[in-house]
Amino acid sequence: MAKQTDDQVVDTQGMNYLVSLPRRVVTVYAPLAVFLFVLLFPFYWMGITTFKPNEELLSREGNPFWVVNPTLAHIKKLLFDTSYPDWLWNTMLVAVVSTFLSLVCSVLAAYAIERLRFRGSRYVGMSVFLAYLVPPSILFIPLAKVVFELGIFDTRLALILTYPTFLIPFCTWLLMGYFRSIPFELEECALIDGASRWQILTRIVLPLAVPGLISAGIFAFTLSWNEFIYALTFISSSEVKTVPVGVITELVEGDVYHWGALMAGALLGSLPVAILYSFFVEYYVAGMTGAVKE
Amino acid sequence: MRVAAALRRCGARARCRQRTYAAATEGDVRASVSRLLDNRNALGLLFLLPAGALLLLFLTYPLGLGVWLGFTDTKIGRGGAWVGLENYEFLFGDAVARLSLFNTLFYTVVASVIKFALGLWLALLLNKHVPFKTVVRAVVLLPFIVPTALSAIAFWWIYDAQFSVISWTLTELGLIDRYIDFLGDPWNARLSTIAANIWRGVPFVAICLLAGLQTISPSYYEAASLDGATPWQQFRYVTLPLLTPIIAVVMTFSVLFTFTDFQLIYVLTRGGPLNATHLMATLSFQRAIPGGALGEGAALAVSMVPFLLAAILFSYFGLQRRAWQQGGAD
Repeated sequence: MAKQTDDQVVDTQGMNYLVSLPRRVVTVYAPLAVFLFVLLFPFYWMGITTFKPNEELLSREGNPFWVVNPTLAHIKKLLFDTSYPDWLWNTMLVAVVSTFLSLVCSVLAAYAIERLRFRGSRYVGMSVFLAYLVPPSILFIPLAKVVFELGIFDTRLALILTYPTFLIPFCTWLLMGYFRSIPFELEECALIDGASRWQILTRIVLPLAVPGLISAGIFAFTLSWNEFIYALTFISSSEVKTVPVGVITELVEGDVYHWGALMAGALLGSLPVAILYSFFVEYYVAGMTGAVKE
Repeated sequence: MRVAAALRRCGARARCRQRTYAAATEGDVRASVSRLLDNRNALGLLFLLPAGALLLLFLTYPLGLGVWLGFTDTKIGRGGAWVGLENYEFLFGDAVARLSLFNTLFYTVVASVIKFALGLWLALLLNKHVPFKTVVRAVVLLPFIVPTALSAIAFWWIYDAQFSVISWTLTELGLIDRYIDFLGDPWNARLSTIAANIWRGVPFVAICLLAGLQTISPSYYEAASLDGATPWQQFRYVTLPLLTPIIAVVMTFSVLFTFTDFQLIYVLTRGGPLNATHLMATLSFQRAIPGGALGEGAALAVSMVPFLLAAILFSYFGLQRRAWQQGGAD
């Protein structure tokens, strides 16, 4: 599929030699430049604010788009005077564990639905898709009650166990699509050679579905890194908060906004996902569009 | 498929034979194959167990519990009694709740329409031959992958009443003489939060639609331009009909995300000023968690469901019906 579209991309330009350069500048390059400027400006603003000393931040004189005396004071304050390192660690831990947990569950579920074809698998597949459509903002209140009754309120475990509710439906749906693309014949050969279902799954299907696993994993990781409402509701102690929640609830003190530290927190919290994303752009896009296209 | 069925048949036969004769090795293999195939219900159940258990406990059960809570007067730390439709009656008469419904609908409709228009435009631009295409495409998606709560803080600072960089620029250009109070005035706040939501949502729509655009064969465009179709006609009669199914799915998701948005509003305004930006999600959080009225919050969250279903059905069927235009089946 990916290969095929790549070829077509090259071909799409077939008639483009008819369009003159000035026309292209006005209809393509200029709007694209505006789009890029608007989409990237908040990140530039985050970065520049992080390194601005307070005098420059709170002054209307001078050019706000540039820093005269860059400083690391905000980052230093963030790393040494707040629990920010703890939040980073919590976010990382929760995201990695819940992603891993969801992947394991999803692989088994997707294989069962797509390949074991047990009685009722079609309905289970449909309900997975429906589960994908249930938004967290409807679930968080009763879920808070469940989490509280299980005695895991205000722990990392609460997040690790609740994040799979939106990760598993997504990953299962995506992996079902990948498993569907693997030829049946391969499995039949393995069955005839005496392989068990477990061996088929681990030795034949999974190696072939590695791109799908990476897509699902990357997407799930960023989703759980970005999660906000569950973390806000289920966590109240500073030392178990995640980055988004910690920055919002603890770095804002009264009416005095420490913009430098806030921006530094936003920047550092965004970097890990941005870096991970930059390595796996293609997989990420495949995951996102794959889930939509199915 | 046929092979498997045949295998299953001989497997069954082999197993019958096995009971009477000492099994040959070949028969053994077939028997074990058939046993596994026969067991696929049990095996399927086993494989579904981890995912099923997690989803039942943390998704299905809370969903039911939420509906039940909506009919009780549960508070934090105190179990509630059944009060029937009282919560809903109260919410119906509550001016803030009605305002939040209006805000949610306004926010969803305006943001989704603009996201669709800009996203489609951006997708069409990205589908053209531009230098550094892959880099540009990767960079465009950045607003979508960065945690919304964190990028919302950047918007908070950009919208600051005293030091907003937008106000600064406009003042320097001589367009305004007083700094704009982006988040302090009800309508300004509504539009500012919508702008931030659009900023975050456009990349998602654009990249998904781009994936759809790339599946359209270039020969259609060649044929159309040979027949003298203008670029607009090519877009209207080739691109749009072929893209409709994917537009339907993308917009369904987009509407779903926008309608249930929470983070952006919570970070930027907490529902203020004067509840002007409270969405149903933020209001139900406010009532249930800091306010302690779990029952009322749950009722508010549950009342989002019908609107949500209507929005999904509308954007899905409203657009999906034209699938025949692809030349395929409905």
